[in-house]
Amino acid sequence: MSMKATIRQVDSVCVVDISGRITLGEGCAQLRELIRGEIAKGNKKLLLNLADVTYIDSSGIGELVSAFTAVSNQGGQLKLLNLTRKVHDLLQITKLLTVFDVHDDEARAITSFDKAAGA
Amino acid sequence: MTAEAGVVEVTLESTLKNVELAEELTHRVCETAGFAEEDQHKIEMAVHESVINAVAHGNKHDARKKVWVRFEIHKDRLEIRIRDEGVGFDPSHIADPLSQENLLKVSGRGIFLIRAFMDEFRVESAKGSGTEVTMVKRINPDLKNIEGGTDREHEGHNTPS
Repeated sequence: MSMKATIRQVDSVCVVDISGRITLGEGCAQLRELIRGEIAKGNKKLLLNLADVTYIDSSGIGELVSAFTAVSNQGGQLKLLNLTRKVHDLLQITKLLTVFDVHDDEARAITSFDKAAGA
Repeated sequence: MTAEAGVVEVTLESTLKNVELAEELTHRVCETAGFAEEDQHKIEMAVHESVINAVAHGNKHDARKKVWVRFEIHKDRLEIRIRDEGVGFDPSHIADPLSQENLLKVSGRGIFLIRAFMDEFRVESAKGSGTEVTMVKRINPDLKNIEGGTDREHEGHNTPS
């Protein structure tokens, strides 16, 4: 199953519901384009909901890091929501849980965004 | 593809589509070897990362170059070898992805994950003669969900169908 993403706006936060595989090739390219598109539109508060991500590889992890850096460089914030256990374990062993702000409750995640960050 | 007893070999063209094929094959081999679901996932991911390295970094996506994958199911372990036809690399030059200066790098985590997920990982690589990686996952006899496995490669069971 390839990656699919749907975008919804909750208050000032752009929530991206991602499902399927984030792997080298199509999945990573789709995610990259999506993040670039949202940044171009001025969206600087991004919450990636990974609840239905079935598989992520080292390239997919790299793409999440790239997205985090791109949004941060624009003065925005990118956070993660609903990690599956496998994705959580991957971020843990790669020490990226120390980088990403991870949530398991969407409402709390939404309110955690810095009001000073761009809309 | 050849399928001897306890041994599965496949030669793939260097395309990303074949990475998924290698994963599917790994899944069947792991089921045959009797690995629990969590270990299956780790082994599949290690193969995924290794085949991507062979396709993308070794063979540079050149479909004329092949990736050779071999699974050997032994009584106490699964041994997997993956070889490409690339220019080779020096594994001692792989940066530590956990160091602070590399934490936000986009790439460089593949071999780290393989090492984390497998019990043994060896690389033989020389300039001009490609790279061959050997990965071993030990089979916990308490978790085996089937009978089988052999230290000899030419007995008549344990071959994924």
